[in-house]
Amino acid sequence: MTTSTGPLFRIGDRVRVRKAAPLGHVRTPYYIRGHAGVVERICGAFPNPEELAQQRDGLPAQPLYRVRFRQREVWPGYRGSPNDVIELEIFQHWIET
Amino acid sequence: MIERSHHDMGGQPAGKVKRSEHAYDEWELRVDAMMMLLMGVTGMDKRMTVDELRKNIEALPPADYDKMGYYDRWVISLTQTMIQRGVFTTDDLARKLADVERRSPRSRGERRPKTKARAQAARKRAGAGTR
Repeated sequence: MTTSTGPLFRIGDRVRVRKAAPLGHVRTPYYIRGHAGVVERICGAFPNPEELAQQRDGLPAQPLYRVRFRQREVWPGYRGSPNDVIELEIFQHWIET
Repeated sequence: MIERSHHDMGGQPAGKVKRSEHAYDEWELRVDAMMMLLMGVTGMDKRMTVDELRKNIEALPPADYDKMGYYDRWVISLTQTMIQRGVFTTDDLARKLADVERRSPRSRGERRPKTKARAQAARKRAGAGTR
């Protein structure tokens, strides 16, 4: 699952966060799982925090993306502007392929 | 399985956020400094990762998580991490806690200074006091 090293997605790609509820330490907030957004930038690649939390090295580093989601699509009944967005940093292994 | 972990509360119903600044007690500043040292940010050997800190905070029982302050969670978590990494044992910790309890003013029947006075003293020692 966490073996790939290079980025699989490019800026502007529409991506969907995996809907999963594993155990352990996870950096992907519950509320964004299953939602789709657009890659805003590629932040680089970093050791996997899920592994770092368990005293392992987290290598190979996982690409990290800043993904832009529409608030209206994330929150049911959102009353702000339809242009409002929320951006989250999501590791590649949390994106559906 | 657990659908949503207790700590992962983004978007859940909540009260208003208190925006007022507050001063930190001296022990809280010490916990922060200890964590920076253990993470190796000052160039010392890295003894733990921020992800271990988070993992052990997330493992707190929900009732404790809710009633603890920010640095209460940190100090419990970094202590747990030191046990997991074998820096000290559970038995070491139990004996040390008993030692500290024995020499505290409370166990000798003395009254602690008033909380406000202690907070002011801590602020004075820490400089500006807000971060």
